[in-house]
Amino acid sequence: MARKSGDGPSNTDIDMTPMIDMTFQLITFFMFVMNFSEAEQDDRIQLPLSQLAKPVEGAMESPITLQLTNRGSVIYAGEMVAVSDIGTYLEREKTVMLDAGKEPSAATVIVRADGRSKTGEVQEIIRKCQEKGFERFALRAQYDEGR
Amino acid sequence: MAKRRSSSLGDKVAIDMTPMIDVVFQLMSFFMCTLKVVAPEGDFDIRMPLGAAAAAAPDDQQVPPVRVKLSAGADGSLAGIAMNGATVADFEELRKRVIGLVGTDTGPNSLAERTEVELDCDYSLKYVNVVRAITAVSGKVQDGQIVELIKKIKFTPPKRG
Repeated sequence: MARKSGDGPSNTDIDMTPMIDMTFQLITFFMFVMNFSEAEQDDRIQLPLSQLAKPVEGAMESPITLQLTNRGSVIYAGEMVAVSDIGTYLEREKTVMLDAGKEPSAATVIVRADGRSKTGEVQEIIRKCQEKGFERFALRAQYDEGR
Repeated sequence: MAKRRSSSLGDKVAIDMTPMIDVVFQLMSFFMCTLKVVAPEGDFDIRMPLGAAAAAAPDDQQVPPVRVKLSAGADGSLAGIAMNGATVADFEELRKRVIGLVGTDTGPNSLAERTEVELDCDYSLKYVNVVRAITAVSGKVQDGQIVELIKKIKFTPPKRG
């Protein structure tokens, strides 16, 4: 208000600089917090909580993500598959690995199992992976900051 | 360019900011809409080749595995915990027993590093209990720092029924 020092009505130029500054800062913020990682995550899975499940640092070598729902079906590459049929898909993964000149034992199978699912089904998934030569597993849990 | 310079020399050229502001707001809306808040996740690494238990040759460094049995109730809830055959009240006690067994020294070639935990779980047990058991045996949080205990974990073959 104090700025209106001129006589009568005049064209007041709005100084856009602070607004543009702020907007750019917001954009920068959103760009930084945006998650570009290709981590497969599915809202249907409620991971169990654990204090020791510290966020993964660095990329894993040849990760294969298998997600087990509480109803006992596996989500593999966005597709619902029965636990008994997962062997076919793992065979395909194994072929891809061998074609790339890598052994299946070098791959890591990430098991994102729902906390309400049956342990036996998780074990069955692990056994089917073992039968195809996969031997590294990562049981995924959600980091529990609260307790 | 030539058209705009119609005024005489020394005049201020007003830059039209509208397209830039439009683009900037569109960018901001895009980032705001695509922002997905992801809960931090972590892994428990398990190396479990097929038939490793039978194939592993016994050596001097080998320590007998700690057997943790998790029994399930009718609805899949946890009915009981046992460590090497002895009943354990809860996961906190399981952790204390593991610390009592291997100590807190987790350096190279320490007892904790050489010891392996074998989880024997009922088929219908809810998986959340397995993660709790793994959390109990693999470490503890002390003053915000993670103290690692046993890192080698394996499962017994699944038993249906």
